[in-house]
Amino acid sequence: MTEATPALQLSGITKRFGALVANDNISLRLDKGEVLALLGENGAGKSTLVSILFGHYAADAGAITAFGKPLPAADPKSALAAGIGMVHQHFALANNLSVLDNVLIGLEPLWRLRSHAAPVRKQLAEAALRFGLAINPDALVGSLSVGEKQRVEILKALVRGAKVLILDEPTAVLTPLESAALFVTLKQMVRQGLSIIFISHKLDEVLQISDRIAVLRAGKLVAECATADATKPQLALWMVGRTLTPSVHPTRQRGAPLLQLDAACTAGHPKLKSVSLTLHAGEIVAIAGVAGNGQAALADLLCGLVPLESGSVRIDTQPLSSSPSACVNTGIGRIPEDRSHIGVVGDMTVWENAVIEDLTDSRFTRAGFVRREPSQQHATALVQQFDVRTQGVNVPIRGLSGGNIQKLILGRVLSRKPKLIVANQPTWGLDVGAVAAIHERLVAACVPVGDGSTAAGVLLISEDLEEIMALADRIAVMSRGQLSEALPKAEWTLASLGLAMTATTDQEITRAA
Amino acid sequence: MRLEPKSAHAKSQTRAIALASLSAIAFTLVIVSLLVIWAGAPVFAAYVALFKGGFGDVFAWSETLTRATPLILTGLAATVAFKAKLWNIGAEGQLYAGALAAVAVGGLHGGEGFDLATPLLFVLMILAAMAAGAALLMFAAILKTWGRVDEVVVTLLMNFIVLLLVSWMLDGPMKDPTAMGWPQSVALKPELELTKLIGQTRLHTGLLIAVSASAIVWAIFRFTTFGFAARAVGANVNAARFLGLPVARTAMLTALLSGGLAGLAGAIEVAGRTSYVTLDMSPGYGYSGIVIAMLAALNPLAVVPAAIFVAGMLVGADSMSRAVGVPTYIADVIVAVSLVAVLVATMLTRYRLRWK
Repeated sequence: MTEATPALQLSGITKRFGALVANDNISLRLDKGEVLALLGENGAGKSTLVSILFGHYAADAGAITAFGKPLPAADPKSALAAGIGMVHQHFALANNLSVLDNVLIGLEPLWRLRSHAAPVRKQLAEAALRFGLAINPDALVGSLSVGEKQRVEILKALVRGAKVLILDEPTAVLTPLESAALFVTLKQMVRQGLSIIFISHKLDEVLQISDRIAVLRAGKLVAECATADATKPQLALWMVGRTLTPSVHPTRQRGAPLLQLDAACTAGHPKLKSVSLTLHAGEIVAIAGVAGNGQAALADLLCGLVPLESGSVRIDTQPLSSSPSACVNTGIGRIPEDRSHIGVVGDMTVWENAVIEDLTDSRFTRAGFVRREPSQQHATALVQQFDVRTQGVNVPIRGLSGGNIQKLILGRVLSRKPKLIVANQPTWGLDVGAVAAIHERLVAACVPVGDGSTAAGVLLISEDLEEIMALADRIAVMSRGQLSEALPKAEWTLASLGLAMTATTDQEITRAA
Repeated sequence: MRLEPKSAHAKSQTRAIALASLSAIAFTLVIVSLLVIWAGAPVFAAYVALFKGGFGDVFAWSETLTRATPLILTGLAATVAFKAKLWNIGAEGQLYAGALAAVAVGGLHGGEGFDLATPLLFVLMILAAMAAGAALLMFAAILKTWGRVDEVVVTLLMNFIVLLLVSWMLDGPMKDPTAMGWPQSVALKPELELTKLIGQTRLHTGLLIAVSASAIVWAIFRFTTFGFAARAVGANVNAARFLGLPVARTAMLTALLSGGLAGLAGAIEVAGRTSYVTLDMSPGYGYSGIVIAMLAALNPLAVVPAAIFVAGMLVGADSMSRAVGVPTYIADVIVAVSLVAVLVATMLTRYRLRWK
């Protein structure tokens, strides 16, 4: 497939942010019609590198050529003109506009009275056929699932004439099924001559989709090889720089029923339709499902954000409280899906975020005043105990990486000794090290330590089937607001899970199981 | 042209912001000198007159600080509200409501007024003024919290309603019978007036009240659970709600504090300077409070120097106008340009500008 002029040629790219060297003299080549995987842990410099490529940042040193022509630095317009398209990890879509309008944004000159919507509509239909990117152009983007939104982003790039597509952690938000569909699409694109840079920290995916792999660590290009020659352990070693010890899973003992949902319904969209589930102390029940099928409603219900419309929810035989603070106080530990925007207040310090759920606790407040000393000591202890990498407890938490924010949230939750832990996508987008640490803590919470302490139950909401298979005792599948029976892990296969996740009726959900 | 985030360290950040503010003011003076030249006046002489008029001697300082007193309080009112993302544009109306309430409690009303011990009456007067300002903002905060009504519109329009109410009161129930038709309220009882800090000047003890208010507001935000919750609500209301903070209660308390401070400004003006309410007692102190809060980067302690700076420019502009014959509007231009310059400068402490 290799041709004389590469699609992209990066030479000696260096980028510093203050003292941090995000990219250190990186040279890379992308050939036409190949998938190059950019592998690395969070913070390795992958996103910075592609931001330079796409013209969001100016490199401090180095040059880029696209299809043989030099690419001016820090100019997204010329990057677009050179045929470079980018699909960001966080989508840049207007939720209140239709798919078609989102694709048209930026294409239309402001002074034209008639829009050229019709040809773009045709292009969308063509792309749907050529690459398997079917989507209703008139659907409101806000009503789409995450996978569909990503499709819109890809279509945006294609309509703008992208010949090189950069995908920043595209599967971080997808289910295995959606990922598989994405891979089929990507393969089709490559076959038709497009080139793809695929950024990920998931080894399996990278091995599955790419032709060549470049591994970044701490801003440096540490290895480059053909995918055919790569092995998983070798890649992991390059990426992490050390070997990971597999986590030990202690045996768990199922206790008394802890959480009982009986025909629970909520209002809103997407809503819960008559969801029933029993979770016992000392067990992990996982909720699998495609994003946007009601998992958020279930999490919001148990976190006290959304009221119950009918049915009942009991925690330890007590009815569920209907406010976030009451839920915390009845012993629900809550790990939200959006850790940096909902789980913490980014502008506040690490210590303030460590005690933010405890503002009625006499350890940290007295007569309307916050007790700084004990609060900061508590935060310092959490930071040490949960290995949160931070410059101290007195810095805004915004500056911490996602993994470290999540570890602090986990510490905050576990330090209250919760009865029930509701973990919504707890490891989404985190690097291998942080994922292992969080899994270990969740599993450990289900085992009583010493005398008198009781085991917690964990409700794990996840779209990562590998995670579910690794952690759960029982698995239930959520689809269109309905929940299947929670069956022991052994009774599920990846195939039956996949079927249940796409099921449309109750019978299908049960039959698949 | 683009912005890139800088790596920030908490400690150096405060120093950087202070440095940015000073260089922004220097930049402002350069820009404004062009206007002075355009007006055909000597730049150096104009600035000498400006600064002498504002800060040149004891009298200049006393005038500046007299002007700064209500500005500190309205600046704090805006700071408190903005920190919790309650967009209170109604400090002007709250100030007038406070002034009116102060006279209602402590006025002579054609006779002796309320027969109460002076300290008690003084406290009641202050409380009534704060309650009046707070009630106005509470109205907007309640509509915002439970009715999703935009508080910017409500507080802004309330200013006009209150001003018309004051106008009616000054011609009706609270008309001063001795003013010979001049629209002003009955006078405050003389024993309730604030004592002067320096003889032969207008500077009064209200300044001390305003400065202590700034320290108190700072302490509230730094040390109390309410301050904690208000900062969290202001920074990210969705996270605050998820984390179980009392979002509605925080909004109500914020409104009480912010409106109360603006109402206090009205009472202090009446008790310290005018002795009665007139329709022109505030040349837009409520609106200037917003400028001051932004100049102070919503730091309650920095509100005091910011208010003194703005007051000094306004007072000094009169002297400059007399000395070199440029319009007094130059002062407004200085304040406006310095606000924009400070906003840009503080942004540049967090981001780096790239031209390519």
